Amino acid sequence: MKTIQVATTINGDAVEFVCAPDEPLLDVLRNRLGLTGAKEGCGTGDCGACTVTLDGRMVCSCLVLGVEVEGAKITTIEGMATGNQLHPLQQAFLDHAALQCGICTPGILVAAKTLLDRNPNPTDTELRYWLAGNLCRCTGYDKIIAAVQDAAQKMRTA
Amino acid sequence: MMDTLETKRKFRQVGTRPIRPDGIDKVKGRALYGADVTAPGMLVGRILRSPHAHAEIVAIDTSAAEALSGVKAVVTGRDLVAQKDDFFRDIQENCLATTKALYDGHAVAAVAAVDASTARAALKLIKVTYKQLPHVTDVDAAMTPGAPIVQGGRALETVPKGMSANVTNQVEFGHGNLDAGFKQADLVVSRSFTTAAAHQGYIEPHACLAQMNADGKADLWCCTQGHYFVRTTCALLLGMEASQLRVTASEIGGGFGGKTVVFIEPVALALSRKAGRPVKIVMTRDEVFKATGPTVVTSMDVRIGMKKDGRITAGEAILRYSGGAFPTGTVEMGASAAFAAYDLAAVHTLGWNVLTNRPKEAAYRAPGAPQAIYAVESVIDELCQKLNLDPLDTRLKNAARKGTLSSYGPTFDDIGLVATLEAAKKHPHYKAPLGKNQGRGLSAGFWFNFGGNTSVSMTINTDGTVSVAEGNPDIGGSRASISLMAAEELGIPYDKVRTIIADTASLGYNENTDGSRVTFAVGMATIHAARAAIAKMCARAAAIWGIDPEAVEWVDGAAVPAGPNAGKFPPMTLAEIAAVANNTGGPIAGHEEFTADGAGVSFGVHLCDVEVDPETGYTTVLRYTVFQDAGKAVHPAYVEGQMQGGAVQGIGWALNEEYIYGADGRLQNAGFLDYRVPVASDLPNIDTVILEIPNPGHPYGVRGVGETPIVPPLAALSNAVSHAIGLRMSSLPMSPPRILAALSHKG
Repeated sequence: MKTIQVATTINGDAVEFVCAPDEPLLDVLRNRLGLTGAKEGCGTGDCGACTVTLDGRMVCSCLVLGVEVEGAKITTIEGMATGNQLHPLQQAFLDHAALQCGICTPGILVAAKTLLDRNPNPTDTELRYWLAGNLCRCTGYDKIIAAVQDAAQKMRTA
Repeated sequence: MMDTLETKRKFRQVGTRPIRPDGIDKVKGRALYGADVTAPGMLVGRILRSPHAHAEIVAIDTSAAEALSGVKAVVTGRDLVAQKDDFFRDIQENCLATTKALYDGHAVAAVAAVDASTARAALKLIKVTYKQLPHVTDVDAAMTPGAPIVQGGRALETVPKGMSANVTNQVEFGHGNLDAGFKQADLVVSRSFTTAAAHQGYIEPHACLAQMNADGKADLWCCTQGHYFVRTTCALLLGMEASQLRVTASEIGGGFGGKTVVFIEPVALALSRKAGRPVKIVMTRDEVFKATGPTVVTSMDVRIGMKKDGRITAGEAILRYSGGAFPTGTVEMGASAAFAAYDLAAVHTLGWNVLTNRPKEAAYRAPGAPQAIYAVESVIDELCQKLNLDPLDTRLKNAARKGTLSSYGPTFDDIGLVATLEAAKKHPHYKAPLGKNQGRGLSAGFWFNFGGNTSVSMTINTDGTVSVAEGNPDIGGSRASISLMAAEELGIPYDKVRTIIADTASLGYNENTDGSRVTFAVGMATIHAARAAIAKMCARAAAIWGIDPEAVEWVDGAAVPAGPNAGKFPPMTLAEIAAVANNTGGPIAGHEEFTADGAGVSFGVHLCDVEVDPETGYTTVLRYTVFQDAGKAVHPAYVEGQMQGGAVQGIGWALNEEYIYGADGRLQNAGFLDYRVPVASDLPNIDTVILEIPNPGHPYGVRGVGETPIVPPLAALSNAVSHAIGLRMSSLPMSPPRILAALSHKG
């Protein structure tokens, strides 16, 4: 299959890549660009492990084609910290032991940051519904909710 | 080898909650899991699977696939070494079938190609000639005379003559006179139960990267709960020597028992050997559902007799478990665990494993126990309801204690069941008011826990830091716990220790990360390794001071003279001894290779409030509290995490999760959309209460905690729902359609 050239912005950097017309953005990120932080848990948009943002909108990158991101701005988990300075959400996940195996963590962090960018003070219920598209099989979500709320509180008072 | 508890130890670091050593990589997306690595010249491997529930494989023609441009290797079952031992032959047949496809999704062939689309195209060119056979997926149907035979000739001698050839083993446990016990009862309740097969549901699909060279040496990277077992199995199936296969465990994206087995690893090695290039295989999610996991599917009868005062006079359980198309011993664990929480004069359990055309069962957290205990705890709840007894008091009255002859044979040492029940009784949750359509349920739970073969190596570095190499994949924070125990024993700060998971060439054999064994067994090995290193450091200090090594002891991270007769010398810290190690006799290390015995059994009690919507049959979990004995919680946050995560997996199993087979014997819900695991909005906070009744078999009192939490939720939810709707539920999952059907029969 003939590949197509795409120019986009990922985590603030201009990136050009080629991909097949039927190639998901997730495969582009992982296999062509070495950004393996987004994970494939299902490939059908049911688990949220591949969550990234596309022009500020939260998407499952397994359901977006690489060719669709021409001219767009993508952020992935790799763009969340500023060098060695962790984002408050990342630090809160460590402080609260909000990850066990960690495979869902990149997607949940991206999703949680997208929520807090829009709503800096969510209720637990709002948070739980926002994260309903991100499966975690290890934690039972309890410490994830606590970590996001702690980060939200710190970000509000920063 | 069993250790003894240091009863008076004051902990300085064990029991704190430091950040895990692998944490930053995981929150930054840098941690490397099974599918995250590549190799130069790597090929993509894909597996062809049977579309039939049961079929003879008449012929496989791979010629067209091999001729496709970009295809570098095709393998079938004939490319693996035929195993003589039943256990390994079943694994071999499950990895690639040779004569029969035994379930929908059973692997029959595989290809390696330059990219995924070529590999997919090649699969379509493999021509398999099947002769379809009658199938059976229901456990009760598989036991009936005339049922299709999944595999003949697999029954153990324990199975009585005349049973279906699908019955592969029979187990029995118990003691006392059952008839006399039932005669003493004021009330006897008998009830039958079923539970559906559930999948472990780890978010990371199975993945591996294999590279096998022409000289027979191979490297394998994979997500697994036990890379030593992977090495043993792959070496047998490939006809290799263990030393020639080095297996490295990736970070693991969940397992819960489901990654204690091999599926794709021997296939990737066989493809790599044939192609002469590295091969990566990553399962799709529907492959994970169809061909890995799940639990047994069960059908059970339980009968319990009780006096008016709540004393149980007799208990009996008959268990029919199916672990799919291959024999499994899981029913033995169910039959052992069923009544383990109770001190009974008369108890009997009988269990059968039955073959069905379902995937080969894999362990899932306390395998076999949640189902049997669900049935027993449901009947106890019903007895309490009918005799108007408090369910916690009744369990306390019958609870197993130190000295109780357990229902499965051993006599218990120090156990935490009574303390756990009492903690539940005095918790505010137990007395909180309930509203309309709401109900409260509780259940006790039990798991054996395990120790097993373990190797740990510890190096004292010359800068005063410590490296620990262990061989058990870290599935939920165990590197933090191992570092904590090393730091505690050595008397140095936690952040001076770094624990890594070594490959199979670097340590002696380590059993899988299973049986809730890692913090217990690897922790004990780490403590022993630290003690060996301490002995060497004391000897170095003794040599420097010119005194007898026996006159030196280790206090707070330093060698000191043991008493006034030893001489007066200032303490030498670990860092000071390490700094001069290379001039005082060479590098200092400690290690331990042993079989860890003394894993103390574990008990938990769960309390659960639900509300059932009578219009939709939907169950909302309102409140949930987990009480569990951890022996000693090394890193309490990760102990809580096990309790919360296990509880939520149990909630999912009780309310929604199930393998659904069609009349054609094919799995109808092989995806997360239709196999619905709990999401954040389904759940309340999961409160936890950790009890610490020290395990006498561990120097710090540690018990495994990982598996017990999935045991109580099934009955806790069922009891809560039964109270909420005023009708006894006896089949899991209690999905909305099932509850609506039950309500409509109630009228």
